[in-house]
Amino acid sequence: MTTPRPTEGTATAGETTTRPTDWPLWEVFVRSRRGLSHTHAGSLHAPDAEMALRNARDLYTRRSEGVSIWVVPSTQVTASSPDEKDSFFEPAGDKPYRHPTFYEIPDGVHHL
Amino acid sequence: MTTIAPEETAHEAVFDATVAADERIEPRDWMPDAYRSTLVRQIAQHAHSEIIGMQPEGNWITRAPSLRRKAILLAKVQDEAGHGLYLYSAAETLGTSRDELLDKLHSGRQKYSSIFNYPTLTWADVGAVGWLVDGAAITNQVPLCRCSYGPYARAMVRICKEESFHQRQGYELLLHLSRGTEAQHAMAQDAVNRWWWPSLMMFGPPDDESSHSAQSMAWKIKRHSNDELRQRFVDICVPQAEALGLTLPDPDLTWNEERGHWDFGPIDWTEFREVLKGNGPCNDQRISQRRRAHEEGAWVREAAAAHAAKHGKAVR
Amino acid sequence: MINVTATPALPLGDDALILSHRLGEWAGHAPVLEEEVALANIALDLLGQARVLLSLAGDEDELAYLREERQFRNLQLVEQPNGDFAHTIARQLYFSTYQELLFEHLAAGESELAPLAGKAVKEVAYHRDHAEQWTIRLGDGTDESHTRMQRALDTLWGFTGEMFEPVDGLEAVSWATLHDAWTTRVTAILGQATLTIPEGPQRGAWTAGAGRQGIHTEPFGRLLAEMQHLHRSHPGATW
Repeated sequence: MTTPRPTEGTATAGETTTRPTDWPLWEVFVRSRRGLSHTHAGSLHAPDAEMALRNARDLYTRRSEGVSIWVVPSTQVTASSPDEKDSFFEPAGDKPYRHPTFYEIPDGVHHL
Repeated sequence: MTTIAPEETAHEAVFDATVAADERIEPRDWMPDAYRSTLVRQIAQHAHSEIIGMQPEGNWITRAPSLRRKAILLAKVQDEAGHGLYLYSAAETLGTSRDELLDKLHSGRQKYSSIFNYPTLTWADVGAVGWLVDGAAITNQVPLCRCSYGPYARAMVRICKEESFHQRQGYELLLHLSRGTEAQHAMAQDAVNRWWWPSLMMFGPPDDESSHSAQSMAWKIKRHSNDELRQRFVDICVPQAEALGLTLPDPDLTWNEERGHWDFGPIDWTEFREVLKGNGPCNDQRISQRRRAHEEGAWVREAAAAHAAKHGKAVR
Repeated sequence: MINVTATPALPLGDDALILSHRLGEWAGHAPVLEEEVALANIALDLLGQARVLLSLAGDEDELAYLREERQFRNLQLVEQPNGDFAHTIARQLYFSTYQELLFEHLAAGESELAPLAGKAVKEVAYHRDHAEQWTIRLGDGTDESHTRMQRALDTLWGFTGEMFEPVDGLEAVSWATLHDAWTTRVTAILGQATLTIPEGPQRGAWTAGAGRQGIHTEPFGRLLAEMQHLHRSHPGATW
């Protein structure tokens, strides 16, 4: 017995049947203001990319939450698997020398 | 009888540790089947409630008595559609499509909050729904912002932020009526009389009869018991009602110094169960309207899908 | 007695008010949830415009709730019942294309309407885009949607001529130019949608006049009855 593990938001992939009238699922990313990167806001359904953008504008920026939107078909998102978590992310954990706080600088030295 | 693979036990240990550490479970993590199905049921019911909940208030959009109130109400009903969408989106991360969930709603296999089976008979009901129904919903929902399932918790953060406007506008609407003409005051009191008890029922059956509560608390899907939240809500409402100049329809409502809470009278659980079973004043009406909108919209959804397919814009 | 200032803000405000009301009727009935949000957005934009415009003519609530049918100056087009989704989209296409062209013109001018028009023209561009996107999808979708869309366009065509009749106080507008620009734009979209631009008169044959003169269609009385009932039942009350 295994639990199905869909990627975040991919309901159309795998075990559920898609009827011709069902619109595909899109992941929505919103840039809340200039200078910030796009952040995942949620998902929605739309027949195509143009409508997905418009639906995203109506749904996720009703209160002026954004200045730019990306929409991506959910099926096109490739995600790292939680089973690979250790091999993916742990090796980075023991390399503190990548972080500036690793280095000791004498008092009085500035602009470093 | 299923045999449990050693791999499964290891997964389960990681899951338990994550929940115990108050960290979030994310969509691709291993999770017990029962956790997944409990979440799907709860999130779907929550999403359905938002969508069905558009109807009792939508009932008054075309009759709102001032343009300011009309704009507020329209924005509020629109938010409910939006909240339904956020929640369906969270449910879809668990591997169930929205169409599947809507099918279950339309065929009565999944429920929505029973409160929406009550009618909005006067304009004051719009205020009472905002103050009491949204108030009860917020009391229930705020703890869900810390729910163990990440996408649900994130949807709830967004929803709670937007909901606080809903409750306030309801309260303000009632306040205005209460301080208005005699007829307006009477309208407000009548609405509160009708909505008070059903609002208390929104917290679900008493703890000793609640079938899903214990496991959901252990999984941190639920953070407080039904009775605890109900008491919290009563304690919040009593002084608010006083400030409104309206009374709550419960002769047993008294301050209990010892408990530090308001005591309140017995809830009519027979009514609750009957409405849940489908015998409420609007059960048929609500679900029929929803089904009709979906069926009458089928040709539109098909047209857009067909257009995308024809022009190579379809995603498969 | 209701105080009404003679201003072109009144007919334009009535257009926005009544169309917003019709779109509000869709709440809870839209063909897909995403469209609930979209239609409500458009209704809210229009209601916002109506409130600003009516306030230039008098008290917004008095004007909305206490005038008689014959005192409303909106186009007959915007009061037409929603019908099916195609019907609503056809009405949106015809009206928002007109409204955008008119507001662009007003925004460039110096009348009291310029500030409102400047803000509203951005909203209306979005409404027009929404209508165009759907016109294309319904026209070039399935046989059924094509038939429904063409029927809706044909049915409402007779209400489009009124949009280009001169409005008192907007003497600087060249209505013939506006009409041409409108026809060009709508024709292009219908072509893209594999639909045909309706033939036949753009106005009904009736010398009594039309919406701008306070002559409306039968469904309008019912719309007002519903909209005004509560407000009128409590004279003098505030909400």
